[in-house]
Amino acid sequence: MKAFKHKDIIALRDLSKEEIELLIETAEGMREVNSREIKKVPTLRGRTIINLFYESSTRTRTSFEIAGKRLSADTVNISPSTSSATKGETLSDTALNLLAMKPDIIVMRHAVSGSHYYLSGRLPGCSIINAGDGAHEHPSQGLLDMLTMKDRFGRLDGLKVAIVGDITHSRVARSNIQGLTKMGSAVFLAGPPTMMPPGVERLGNVTVCSTMKEAIQDADVVMMLRIQQERQGKTLMPNTREYSRYFGLNPENLKLAKPDAMVMHPGPINRGVEMSSHVVDGSQSHILKQVENGVAVRMSMLYHVCGGELE
Amino acid sequence: MNLLIKAGRVIDPSQGIDKVADLLVENGVVKEIGAGLAAPAGTEVIDAAGKYVVPGLIDMHVHLRDPGLEYKEDIVSGARAAVAGGFTSVCCMPNTKPVIDNKAIASYIIAKAKEQGLCNVFPVGTITQGMGGERLSEMGELKESGCVAVSDDGRPVKSAELMRRALQYARGMGIMVISHAEDLELVGEGTMNEGFTSTELGLKGIPRVAEDIATAREIMLAEYTGSPVHIAHVSTEGAVRIIRDAKARGVRVTCETAPHYFTLTDDAVRGYNTNAKMNPPLREAADLAAIREGLADGTIDCIATDHAPHHIDEKDLEFNEAMNGIIGLETSLPLSLGLVRDGVLTLPALVERMSCRPSAILGLDRGTLRPGAIADVTVIDPEKGWTVTPAALASKSKNSPWLGAEMQGAAACTIVGGKVVYTRG
Repeated sequence: MKAFKHKDIIALRDLSKEEIELLIETAEGMREVNSREIKKVPTLRGRTIINLFYESSTRTRTSFEIAGKRLSADTVNISPSTSSATKGETLSDTALNLLAMKPDIIVMRHAVSGSHYYLSGRLPGCSIINAGDGAHEHPSQGLLDMLTMKDRFGRLDGLKVAIVGDITHSRVARSNIQGLTKMGSAVFLAGPPTMMPPGVERLGNVTVCSTMKEAIQDADVVMMLRIQQERQGKTLMPNTREYSRYFGLNPENLKLAKPDAMVMHPGPINRGVEMSSHVVDGSQSHILKQVENGVAVRMSMLYHVCGGELE
Repeated sequence: MNLLIKAGRVIDPSQGIDKVADLLVENGVVKEIGAGLAAPAGTEVIDAAGKYVVPGLIDMHVHLRDPGLEYKEDIVSGARAAVAGGFTSVCCMPNTKPVIDNKAIASYIIAKAKEQGLCNVFPVGTITQGMGGERLSEMGELKESGCVAVSDDGRPVKSAELMRRALQYARGMGIMVISHAEDLELVGEGTMNEGFTSTELGLKGIPRVAEDIATAREIMLAEYTGSPVHIAHVSTEGAVRIIRDAKARGVRVTCETAPHYFTLTDDAVRGYNTNAKMNPPLREAADLAAIREGLADGTIDCIATDHAPHHIDEKDLEFNEAMNGIIGLETSLPLSLGLVRDGVLTLPALVERMSCRPSAILGLDRGTLRPGAIADVTVIDPEKGWTVTPAALASKSKNSPWLGAEMQGAAACTIVGGKVVYTRG
């Protein structure tokens, strides 16, 4: 068995190609557990996992919770009302208090980029898994996206992956760019220039396209990002109507991609904004498959940070 | 008490002096510079062989946090840090609690500084009352009570109309306006320079144009009103270019930069290092090169530290939550001597940037070793190697990006008004 050497999983940027492969391969194996009638193995029996979510999340938190439970770990969910040190307890103090209860893993989502690194240095002996930090990374999403692509194509090298939307604010885009580049695929980005961060092409095998058409032309994968009126609406775009006209995916422009191209979205979807319902529910959509793979990928992550030994 | 500083390399650009000589100080003023001077009875002799003897260094931009924020720094601890760093004078910014917008606060600072008896502390008053950005402060009385400039440092004056009036009014009162030139809307919620590093780290960026636009605005207002303006902590290539062009046109603009802008880039933020977080933020290699070029050609008049002490509880946090600013008084001299080692500045040019120019800009009677001048003198050991550690720093706060770094050069001896206030052990 190949060993996974990291205590934490904070960013795909920190992992090698081999480590990413290992996490994905293990996730493929975990799917067998999820298809059983009794969906539980004793792998992490006696381990305690705390899901510490400073930002609201339904999908990711539930997915991590189910992943932990299927591995027989004890999981606890905490959703502090605020992450502001000025209003409540500092992150460091919260974490040290949790550490005193001897958890094995803390899965955290936090609005501040890099906060997992901050925590990791203060919590020796406890693994940290990043469930999303600011606009930095969302490694479990990147891994489940790649697993879903691998299911479809049998490989992760030589794919053309288009990612369309607000790249500046997207941790999903960053994790996919880091992961896909390491696995040998090419990422093509599109979005209004107001949503394109400077130097993004230097993050990996990335091409910034001037139009959505250029990005999705002959793509194997078209990944759409969520647009939030409250975030991007102020100065980044006129309104969702115009946005969807130029950067929304519909049955017409999807024809530009390869005929068997897969359509993905990290959710939650704004139907009629970044994607039309026809595409969301269409035959090329792999969105629910992504969610299904999410549980397996998170089981793999939990398993490997715990030392990767089967009982 | 009289002093004879023997056989040092005396560098005084105000008189065009750069030679090995003795410096005699009598009754707190410079008496004579010459070779083989005799020491009258009772004179303390300082051997300065192998050292530089220069007009006392002046840091025209520090935050001493006193009154109100003494848990970060106070006038005494700040003065200790200043003299350990070779500074004989510092100008303290008005964003204290309460702010320095009236005679009472200015007088308190001057009185407390006199009491500590280490270095000269010149307060900078606010441009607007309460630093609220709405009404001009009482600049006349601020000047009378000892303020050497006005600035809303940390909270840039948003209104161009108010800034125009501030420049005009301050000119009438004979007091310099120091502008923290940043467009706050462009700064937005940014926490570091906007560029490749902010993209990779997923941190909100502060675009360089936020500084460039505000710098251009101040210059246009100075030009229109015929008033002088001083731009604080210049960090961008664009601002250097804009200031250079304005100076060539004859606009009365001066400016300063800080050691971190000519030694570090935003790469220092990697690892989400909150001791590399300040405002304006660390920029990129092209900016660093432009800052050095601006220092070399005289576009940038001064080196000032923007010494900004913060308690560890305000820095040992997630990146976005941490406060802006780093300390600088004790690392400025070795880092600035690096400019001489790198061939960016000659030694006399460095002394100009760290003593003569700030004195001239603020109209102080310092920055010179002319006979009869107040004897503020810094003796520099250019070879002294030392390591930056919390224990080695006199400042109350330890928020330095250079913790653990090796430095070359230090103040060997700091003399204020003819009195030795610091000797390096």
